[in-house]
Amino acid sequence: MNNPTPTQTQALPAFRHYQHAHCESGVTTNLLRFYGIDISEPMAFGIGAGLFFGHIPFLKVNGTPGTTFRTWPGAIFKRVTCSLHIEIKAQRFPNPDAAMQALDAVLAQGIPVGMQTSVYYLPYLPEAFRFHFNAHNLVVYGKEGDEYLVSDPVLETTSRIHSSDLAKARFAKGAPEPKGFMYYVAGVPEQTDFSKAIPAGIRQTCFMMLSPPLPWFGCNAFRLLAKKIRQYPQKLSPRKTALYLGNIVRMQEEIGTGGAGFRYLFAAFLQEAAERQNHAALEPFSKELTEIGDAWRNFAYSAARIVKARSTDLVSCQDLSEQLLRIGEREKDLFKRLKKAVR
Amino acid sequence: MQLDEVPQEGLHYKDRDKLRKLMYATDGQGHYTGVPSAGWEAENIATQSAWDEVNDSLEEAALAVKNGELSPIAYFMHKCLMDETILARYVGKWRRTVRRHMKPSHFKKLSQATLEKYAAVFGISTEELTSFGNATTGK
Repeated sequence: MNNPTPTQTQALPAFRHYQHAHCESGVTTNLLRFYGIDISEPMAFGIGAGLFFGHIPFLKVNGTPGTTFRTWPGAIFKRVTCSLHIEIKAQRFPNPDAAMQALDAVLAQGIPVGMQTSVYYLPYLPEAFRFHFNAHNLVVYGKEGDEYLVSDPVLETTSRIHSSDLAKARFAKGAPEPKGFMYYVAGVPEQTDFSKAIPAGIRQTCFMMLSPPLPWFGCNAFRLLAKKIRQYPQKLSPRKTALYLGNIVRMQEEIGTGGAGFRYLFAAFLQEAAERQNHAALEPFSKELTEIGDAWRNFAYSAARIVKARSTDLVSCQDLSEQLLRIGEREKDLFKRLKKAVR
Repeated sequence: MQLDEVPQEGLHYKDRDKLRKLMYATDGQGHYTGVPSAGWEAENIATQSAWDEVNDSLEEAALAVKNGELSPIAYFMHKCLMDETILARYVGKWRRTVRRHMKPSHFKKLSQATLEKYAAVFGISTEELTSFGNATTGK
């Protein structure tokens, strides 16, 4: 599951950068590997219960209703370290000066630091990605002069960033506000035990997908979004419809999800769990989730067609809505059985 | 998704094709591995469409400022890819207030301090802010 060519870094010989699909599970993986813990990205994502679905129509992000395929920022790192009994420190700050000073102090001890940032203020990223999206995660592992050494897990290699840019990125405004949020490992147990962490992560994922009694979260949100998509042609202008649908596709594919809105990543986790940790019962679930992931890819493809046409076609929106409903039914069914399998 | 199905469709727009992202796909034995992907058509359409929207709104805002319907704040807000909510958080004001400042009549009455606040957020000088779309500067 590892990438073949890690980039050896200069400032801290022990810190190695590996590229990952997703920022937060990638940061978690790279930070834990620094401490000699053998963990893959899918493993971190699964134990951290990263998989989720939510659609909150009234929470507008840049004018489009919020849609998410993952859990909230910070949760993966917290859950992984908690279930592996790894001690961490996590802090938010009132102002950039305090945040940068605290960062420097931790770096001086040779500790790599994970942090939440905006992508808008990261000049090393391709401009195409640089919107006001504030839930990005990266590792800073050193400082040279006015520049910080950055390991951004979605990139193939390490990068550098000027301190003023990093300060801006850490104090970007707009939900979810990072407020200089940074986190690092403070203590590692002699042995890490995955045998309890894996079922715990799966249980948490099932719980989040099945249990929230609200229409905006988990499997309920599939029905909600399907209904909304069906109504788009009547309620919105073609331009708005394209914008809203395009945003769903971007949340599912653009922001580094490993494909199909993290479904492949979670399927990879189930597979690894089945093989490494003797949960053979999980293997068929991995296969099934891969197939659901393929259905998600088809969904994104159909949605992109409508976006490209920029015409509100009643039939194609109806069709898209039904695709989503079917995916929702399959996921609900899968997580219900998965819940029983790890009980 | 199988390994050989991982799309490699780069998008030559705003450096998008400089980054290859990692995807997870299954090999012949159904085993998952990470594979770099240059991009995918569906994703590219969505990215491009988001930028088209940004550029369209920017053009509309520029026109509205020229026609005296909106103040330059509206134009620079779009230029910085912000919306009213985000801009309001950056200048530390209510969204309602920011919306009012987008009316040319209110904009004219803004104090130097307020103008400086907006200019700092947009990364420009106050002159650039106030002179944008102004007939006398010929812009």
